[in-house]
Amino acid sequence: MSMELDVFVGNTTIMDMEVYQLWLDGLTVSDAVKVRMDEGALLECEANPEVLTSDTMDQFRTFQMCERLLHSPTKLGSQLLYQIPAQNQIILIERYYEFDSVFAREVLGKKLSKGTKKDLDDTSCKTGITLKSCRRQFDNFKRVFKVVEELKGPLVENIQRHFLLSDTLARDYAAIVFFANSRFETGKRKLQYLSFQDFAFCAGQLISYWTIGAMGAPTVPDSMMEDMDVDLEKEFLNELKDLKVLVNDKDMMDQHKILVCAALRGKIKVYKLMEVNFKNLSRALINLASKLTHTKDVRDLFIDLVEKFIEPCRYDRWTVAEITLFLTHYTNAAHCLGTFRHQMIWDRYMGVIKSCILQMYHE
Amino acid sequence: MPGKLKAKIVAGRHLPVMDRASDLTDAFVEVKFGNTTFKTDVFPKSLNPQWNSEWFKFEVDDEDLQDEPLQITVLDHDTYSANDAIGKVYIDIDPLLSCEAATVISGWLPIYDTIHGIRGEINVLVKVDLFNDLNRFRQSSCGVKFFCTTSIPRCYRVALVHGFVEELVVNEDPEYQWIDRIRTPRASNEARQRLISLMSGELQRKIGLKVLEMGGNAVVGYLQCFDLEGESGLVVRAIGTACTLDKLSPGTAPNTTTHTNTHTLPNTAPTSNACNSPSKDSKEPVFSEDPPHSLSGPPTPLRTLPSSSPPPFSPSKPCSRQSSSSDTDLSLTPRIERFVSSPGVFLCPSSPTLSFDSPSLPSSGLILCSIGSALRAYTPPPLPSVQSEGSVLRKTVSFSEELMLAASGMGSGGSVGKEAGPLKTLLRQHTQSALEQREFPIFTLTCFPPGFLVHVGGVVSTRSVKLLDRIHNPDEPETRDAWWEEIRQEIKSHAKALGCHAVVGYSESTSICEEVCILSASGTAAMLNPRFMREGCLDTGGSDHRLSRQPHPGMVGSERGEGEVSSTWLGFEDASPPSCGFVHIPYDEFNMPFPAQLTYCYHCRRQKVPDVLFTTIDLPAEAEVTGKGCLIQARLCRTKKKAQGEVNATSISNLLPFMEYELHTQLMNKLKLRSMNALFGLRIQISVGENMLLGLASATGVYLSALPAPGGIQIAGKTPSDLSYDQHISTMQKRIDDTIAKNKELYNIHPPECIEEVVGSPIPDRQRSSRLFRSTSESSDELSELDLSHGKKDAFVLEIDDTDAVEDIQSLLTDAPIPAGFYSCNTEVMPGIHNWTSGLQMFTSVRVYRLSNANLTNQGLNKIFTDLCENLLKSLYFKLRSMIPCCLCHLNFTVAVPEEELIQVAVTAVAMSFDKETQQAADKALTRGSGENEEQLQFSMEMCGESTISNNQPTAKPSGVPESAMVHSSRVSSSERCSPLPEGRSRSLRSTRSLPCGAPVTVVKMTPLSFLPGTRIVKYLGIINMFFIRETTSLREEGGVSGFLHSFIAEVFAMVRAHVAALGGNALVSYSMKECVFMENPNKNQAQCLINVSGDAVIFIRESDQEAIPPLLTSRQTSSTGADGTT
Repeated sequence: MSMELDVFVGNTTIMDMEVYQLWLDGLTVSDAVKVRMDEGALLECEANPEVLTSDTMDQFRTFQMCERLLHSPTKLGSQLLYQIPAQNQIILIERYYEFDSVFAREVLGKKLSKGTKKDLDDTSCKTGITLKSCRRQFDNFKRVFKVVEELKGPLVENIQRHFLLSDTLARDYAAIVFFANSRFETGKRKLQYLSFQDFAFCAGQLISYWTIGAMGAPTVPDSMMEDMDVDLEKEFLNELKDLKVLVNDKDMMDQHKILVCAALRGKIKVYKLMEVNFKNLSRALINLASKLTHTKDVRDLFIDLVEKFIEPCRYDRWTVAEITLFLTHYTNAAHCLGTFRHQMIWDRYMGVIKSCILQMYHE
Repeated sequence: MPGKLKAKIVAGRHLPVMDRASDLTDAFVEVKFGNTTFKTDVFPKSLNPQWNSEWFKFEVDDEDLQDEPLQITVLDHDTYSANDAIGKVYIDIDPLLSCEAATVISGWLPIYDTIHGIRGEINVLVKVDLFNDLNRFRQSSCGVKFFCTTSIPRCYRVALVHGFVEELVVNEDPEYQWIDRIRTPRASNEARQRLISLMSGELQRKIGLKVLEMGGNAVVGYLQCFDLEGESGLVVRAIGTACTLDKLSPGTAPNTTTHTNTHTLPNTAPTSNACNSPSKDSKEPVFSEDPPHSLSGPPTPLRTLPSSSPPPFSPSKPCSRQSSSSDTDLSLTPRIERFVSSPGVFLCPSSPTLSFDSPSLPSSGLILCSIGSALRAYTPPPLPSVQSEGSVLRKTVSFSEELMLAASGMGSGGSVGKEAGPLKTLLRQHTQSALEQREFPIFTLTCFPPGFLVHVGGVVSTRSVKLLDRIHNPDEPETRDAWWEEIRQEIKSHAKALGCHAVVGYSESTSICEEVCILSASGTAAMLNPRFMREGCLDTGGSDHRLSRQPHPGMVGSERGEGEVSSTWLGFEDASPPSCGFVHIPYDEFNMPFPAQLTYCYHCRRQKVPDVLFTTIDLPAEAEVTGKGCLIQARLCRTKKKAQGEVNATSISNLLPFMEYELHTQLMNKLKLRSMNALFGLRIQISVGENMLLGLASATGVYLSALPAPGGIQIAGKTPSDLSYDQHISTMQKRIDDTIAKNKELYNIHPPECIEEVVGSPIPDRQRSSRLFRSTSESSDELSELDLSHGKKDAFVLEIDDTDAVEDIQSLLTDAPIPAGFYSCNTEVMPGIHNWTSGLQMFTSVRVYRLSNANLTNQGLNKIFTDLCENLLKSLYFKLRSMIPCCLCHLNFTVAVPEEELIQVAVTAVAMSFDKETQQAADKALTRGSGENEEQLQFSMEMCGESTISNNQPTAKPSGVPESAMVHSSRVSSSERCSPLPEGRSRSLRSTRSLPCGAPVTVVKMTPLSFLPGTRIVKYLGIINMFFIRETTSLREEGGVSGFLHSFIAEVFAMVRAHVAALGGNALVSYSMKECVFMENPNKNQAQCLINVSGDAVIFIRESDQEAIPPLLTSRQTSSTGADGTT
């Protein structure tokens, strides 16, 4: 005797969110049944393994049939096939688009192409996330990327409008889209210690301050701005070249150093080392700024930050507090240089760099 | 030209990509009605076309409006090749034809393709301008309202119940026409869908005509079914109850939604009072002249036979009728099995031998007699063995005695009939005209206006095995008509045997396998209050018959009989209290159609009641119940040799009585095990397959306070010598006793201890009288020996000597207990639960099992089948666990044997959650009230009514959210990595997250019940009756059979919801899935499924929305009830 067919259809689609999570995690039905049994599902309603298997299969099938709709979440609200209460729709969508940050870290900055998708089994092995789940997450990234890529207007809002995600999740996706678009280098061994959250924070900073949309541009209607969030503002990057004066002009550099040293004396333990290294550190940051007109160097932004700034500091055992103090005074001191006229650009640049470094400065 | 149909195509959305190159579609729409077709422009390159067409106008006859559906086809324009069809929408215009229903159809409807399923949606507007046609000879019946609901619809009042209407249309099945060989599956499916749509339209129109003829304006309890007879054709048939309904104006609408006694009783009391006096006047004379003419030959032969009976047989006819009636009393008798084959008629008595019965029973062999050209088969003169089933079904142990009783009852009835010559003719003249008008006193209603039901006799049912033959002339569906007519006659005469003049809760069904077809009908014999009927119609017929059953007056004390008669008739006026009247026996206690232990009613102590009552109707609102009820199922599987034609039919009809008997025994045992004494909503389905028969009986068991407490089950072995055997028996006995005790606790059955009254202990009384009576018949001498009657009520003995009984006991004890927090029933509502919340979930579940082992024994099969049903129930409980505490209502099981070695079980039900705390309060109030006298009852009901109301409002949960949003975050959720974005970016904060419903889809609730808890139905928009076919040639790709069927059922639900919403409704009540035929061919990667669903589209409003009106109304009503109660 075998069950040939087993179907349960409710007028309101019944969805068990715990089973949904198991499905999203890419478990097979039998694995999911095991997990549920371990979690004590058999104690409910005098269930037996048969009942549990049937229920799990049915739920998995339901999710699979709904998956098509989840690909364009706005359709979920207007479709007639499944009657799903609005609260459940929100949960369904949110969960479907949630991702493992370990996985996201792996894919971050990679081209969202078929090639990358083929390598997912390696990623799956490395992260311990099932291949099925990896594929879903990858496809989600790609789908969001594809839709948003073409759109005008603010990135986070576009993602929210088209995928109905929560604010935080939409920001994470914005980071992923931003990284995929600019193809930042994240895979180098030296960058391995950075988590997805670190990068997402940095992406947020870049989007907020270095893109066209960043400075508010309140007079220009959203629709007029092309790719306002996805690409860094060209004009700004060009202007960054002007900052070179801070290292090229010897007087200015010395002046800068004196001001910073004056402010920090007695306040940080690594003062001596700072004094010695000031020029190197300053040069690193300024050179970084001036190179950003080249796409290649934009991609290397993070590796450069790590190699040129974070590693030397770490070598000298700076604490985070010390770095904070240094960067604060380093930034502010430039304002006191009488001959330095690029205050606006400087603040815009250093604000982002400072918060990025602080985020990235850990083991 | 009395009608103008207008349609406008507005837009489409979510269309499929039809042009791979552009990933877009060039869609246009064809709108077709009858032979007229209009087209919209092509809307190029869009998946969301905006046609915004002009109004397409069709000028048509109203006859066509009723028959034809509006057919909308969406196509993809292709310059070079033929245009590809995307899909179709059929719109039933009928709801627009009644002024009280919907006025416009407007909304998004799914575009459906039989191969691909739903492919996008289309927004349409449809209107009808109807010019009234007062032509007397018109063929249309616009304006007659149809309701699937088997009770009086909530916002109507019934003025008159006219009675039974039926119609049947046959046609060739397009699937079996020669052209099907050359056309595509899609074309064939569409031809079929269209044909069935046409046929149901025609059927509805014809029934409407009949209703108009009767003077009614509505059909309630409309039940339409399809018989896919394969080669021999396609039959669409429908039955219903014609009524005259008055719409209640909103202000006076009774608040019946919560379904408590308080709500239903009040509004009836005044009306019944008002109507009583006139009806009394008209009836009184009839009674007084009745007793002398004891007409016994049932009136049936008087009028229904001419169509077929050849003269030689007519004398035997009444006799056979009589016999059939006497044994069917209890219903489950499949006695008259006839099967028709083209050359001649064969006739075989239902039961050749009864293996279970005691040796004293004569066994009759199979009798086959050819009747040459006659088309109709006859039952043979009464056969003892035939009789026995009826009695056996009634009670297992003492059936020999019962047999005699039944036989004698029959005999005397016959003889009296012959004696009563002249008077009878007189009466016949009197009643014939009445009967002329009402050929079948049959009602499809299961729920009645209070006071309608006077007494209930028991279940009557008939099955008949037929051989299908090609329908030669679709315009004259006489054969099928004759079959059903025969069956209804049968039912009617069974009811008569129970001393009842009517059958309520009536339904018909078929089971077809190849060329064999089992036709079944069942209902509940009842006495109805004639004030709802037409003058002098039913009541005369009924009363005359009733009285005819009174045997030789001199012998048994006629004063008693007469007293009973009058009380029966006046019962609804004064004698019987409303809460127990319906359980009082309608038949004569001295000439019972079947043996039963009668006692005085535990409620009023004045009338006799049976010890057990089986019915097909819903629990009457006025019924007083102790504790809660539960679903009781009997399941049975019997193997059968594969055979062809007549041989097959014979073997099936031979098996049927045994199955019915066993099902009945199971039901009885399970009922006792739960310590209950009545079954409601009994539905017995017998399905035929090539090599097996499946039987499934479902009902809701309750403890009626008015009936005696059921005795326990006693196990007896025949060989008491063996010690270990004794031990075995005693452990069994203990288990059973424990189970009974546990069940009593579970269902809260604590009947007030009853003082055995001295007022003539009814049982000995009965015995005396029956002996007296028997002495007049021939077979009196054997009685004393065979009398196994068990002195007092406690005597239900199961002997476990034979394997059958062991099996019975096993199955009794293996029934899994219902998980805590769940209740289940197959009636509209669960007795004992009143405070429903608005949380409800309708669902359909289908399972197909493959029996891998070809050589299964009956017992093995039974086990499998029982497990299947039990597991299915368990799965349902598990699935719906988030709704606890909840009750599965209207659990409707359908079994089928789609192929050899396959068993299909489909369940449709609604899970409704209720409030625990208030429940207990209500319980207390109820138990306190029950068993006490009337005034106190009224009081307690008032209490609980009020508490229900007051509790309903605050506890109304958000609708449609059975899964209370379970937010669980066990993993890295986005909240953990919320990136602290610096301020200064007000732009992103501006975006507030909207719910994912740009254009909100109307939530449409669906329920198989006639009401939605916590709401009030304000308008009925019309009947929804849809038939869909889905086929696939890529079964694996669609997720196998389960994936295929899952999406199809979901699609059907979606289409039903969309049509309800387009009519302006927000719910579908009385929903049922009448057909779910699933066929697969996994080797060819193919599957096909047919589904037929129906229900009533309604608009409901939440009770809490209407502010203070309901409590006010209720309190007024309750007070008026109180006043009525005291008068």
